Amino acid sequence: MRLLALLGLTAVAVFAAGDSLGLEANRKDLNIPAIIMFFIFVGATLGVTYWAASKTKTASDFYTAGGGITGFQNGMAIAGDYMSAASFLGLSGLVYLQGYDGLVYAVGFLVGWPVILFLMAEKLRNLGKFTFADIAAYRLAQKEIRTLAAFGSISVVALYLIAQMVGSGKLIQVLFGLPYEYAVILVGVMMIIYVTFGGMLATTWVQIIKAVLLLSGVTFMAFMILQNFGFSFEALAAKAVDTHAWGQDIMAPSDKGKIKDPISAISLGLALMLGTAGLPHVLMRFFTVGNAKEARKSVVYATAFIGYFYLVIAVVGLGAIVYLTPEVSPEFFIDGKLFGGGNMAAIHLSKVVGGDIFLGFISAVAFATILAVVSGLTLAGASAISHDIYGMVICDGNPDQEKEMRVSKIAVICIGVMGVVLGILFEKQNIAFMVGLAFAIAASANFPILFLSIYWSKLTTRGAYLGGMLGLATAIMLVILGPVVWVGVLHNAEPIFPYAYPALFSVVTAFVGIWFFSITDTSERGKLEIEAYEAQKVRSETGFGADGASGH
Amino acid sequence: MDKTLVKKIQSNPNYIELVAKRSSFALKLSLFVLAMFYSFILTIAFNKEVLGTKLDEAGVMTWAFPVAAAIIVISFITTLIYVSRANGEFEDLTDAIREDVKDDM
Repeated sequence: MRLLALLGLTAVAVFAAGDSLGLEANRKDLNIPAIIMFFIFVGATLGVTYWAASKTKTASDFYTAGGGITGFQNGMAIAGDYMSAASFLGLSGLVYLQGYDGLVYAVGFLVGWPVILFLMAEKLRNLGKFTFADIAAYRLAQKEIRTLAAFGSISVVALYLIAQMVGSGKLIQVLFGLPYEYAVILVGVMMIIYVTFGGMLATTWVQIIKAVLLLSGVTFMAFMILQNFGFSFEALAAKAVDTHAWGQDIMAPSDKGKIKDPISAISLGLALMLGTAGLPHVLMRFFTVGNAKEARKSVVYATAFIGYFYLVIAVVGLGAIVYLTPEVSPEFFIDGKLFGGGNMAAIHLSKVVGGDIFLGFISAVAFATILAVVSGLTLAGASAISHDIYGMVICDGNPDQEKEMRVSKIAVICIGVMGVVLGILFEKQNIAFMVGLAFAIAASANFPILFLSIYWSKLTTRGAYLGGMLGLATAIMLVILGPVVWVGVLHNAEPIFPYAYPALFSVVTAFVGIWFFSITDTSERGKLEIEAYEAQKVRSETGFGADGASGH
Repeated sequence: MDKTLVKKIQSNPNYIELVAKRSSFALKLSLFVLAMFYSFILTIAFNKEVLGTKLDEAGVMTWAFPVAAAIIVISFITTLIYVSRANGEFEDLTDAIREDVKDDM
């Protein structure tokens, strides 16, 4: 706890220093009400972390909150994971910049949920323990599967982290006038504190609290916007069409945005839908509930909250188009550009509709959102390293619990540092789009293995390992050679791979690879694995033999 | 779980009923959601203009918005349909199986 206080003080000192040195991004005066709200919030969440830390004793507590979370709470927490900086800041920013394209993402992010519920959720709960690799490794060889799953998880976590880091860095920059790099480092430090002390219980509770506050916040914003248009969505849209440079084109999918050709559209659709079922930090949430019944309920609650949230975000995005223009609100613009970029549209809009106090509230909630999501992600990445790689591969499944916890805490710090570095490199990207890429990797690497290990009896270790690696490598390579990294980060003139979305190619590669290397596997081990499917199926259908509800 | 127990559960009529009913129910709902979403995505891919059609020539509102909202709402309703059946009927069947094999576990 002393350490927490110390780090808290450092944070304050960094802000103070940023102010007194008059660093370059310090264009606006410090916004006192906003900052007070901000610190109340951060303090409260640290309190939750401290409380959770006192209850976190075993590895099971740390990874899965002891399995004692109810369906409703878990639904809230899943919704919290989903209503990340990318959804809130990124989607509203995308609607602000490109109109309807933002909604295509929203729909895609949502439809993954019913499919997860029908095909995966209860099976996950019945087979798994700490990480999703537990399921694939149920009958396949531990070492290969764990290694592969850990690589997949870490890649997804890295891309998802970038999105959150960029969002939070921009937010702090806008709010406090701190330079972007300092802001990102600060977030990195906070995140490490959250996770190393509180584990899953802390991130779950922070997610729940934040989900409630964020839902109330965006509802208020949408209410205030619609009020000015006599509660007519049509009138709001008419004004937005009138204001936006694209005119009527913002009202439908457009050739001007990133989803311009058929391949991109299909590829994005595939990534968004299947990716959800491959996100390690979301999959982990199914192990925090007691049984399959609660797992199912949590999906219903999550879908309801997320769906509502996305519908409201459409209103917020259109509101941003109307209210954030150099003519209407010049105070938010520098040289004709929105301060902090499109990702900050929702933040500026909150000041327009609710003044400084509301700006403080929304900024604090957005910051807590980012911290909570980032913590969940880091935890998922860290457990891939400590539980899968250290516990199962290095220690052959018999790790010393204390040592495993220590490894996971070191992993948290490494992932935090990685997040900071990547966050600085990717500063200029739209964060909803970055999350789209994280989904593409999840859909190509994690989803095929998980899906086939549950449903396809002939899957063998060789197939899963080689095919999965192929899918993962294809996805990563296409992201690097595509327009985002090759042109955007590495500043080459033309991308080698022309499409921004790799999923169509990498998902197909993964499935074909897994199928091919499984059916050509004639080894003795392969035969035993196919035989073991029967027992796995019985358990996945009934949950008999699964770790019971453990609310200790 | 040992082999005899697996065999015993597999031949349990309640288990057979559970797996058959739940699999087909889950598959039907999944196909429905997939078909709905992919019609949306393929329309965007090949015939964007359809979504840009206005509801009312005088206004600005297009079909694209109600369609997106409908997909979100319908997706939610399907989860509700699934869970109401799964947490009732399917849970009862699971409990029945547990009752049948409890001496072997």
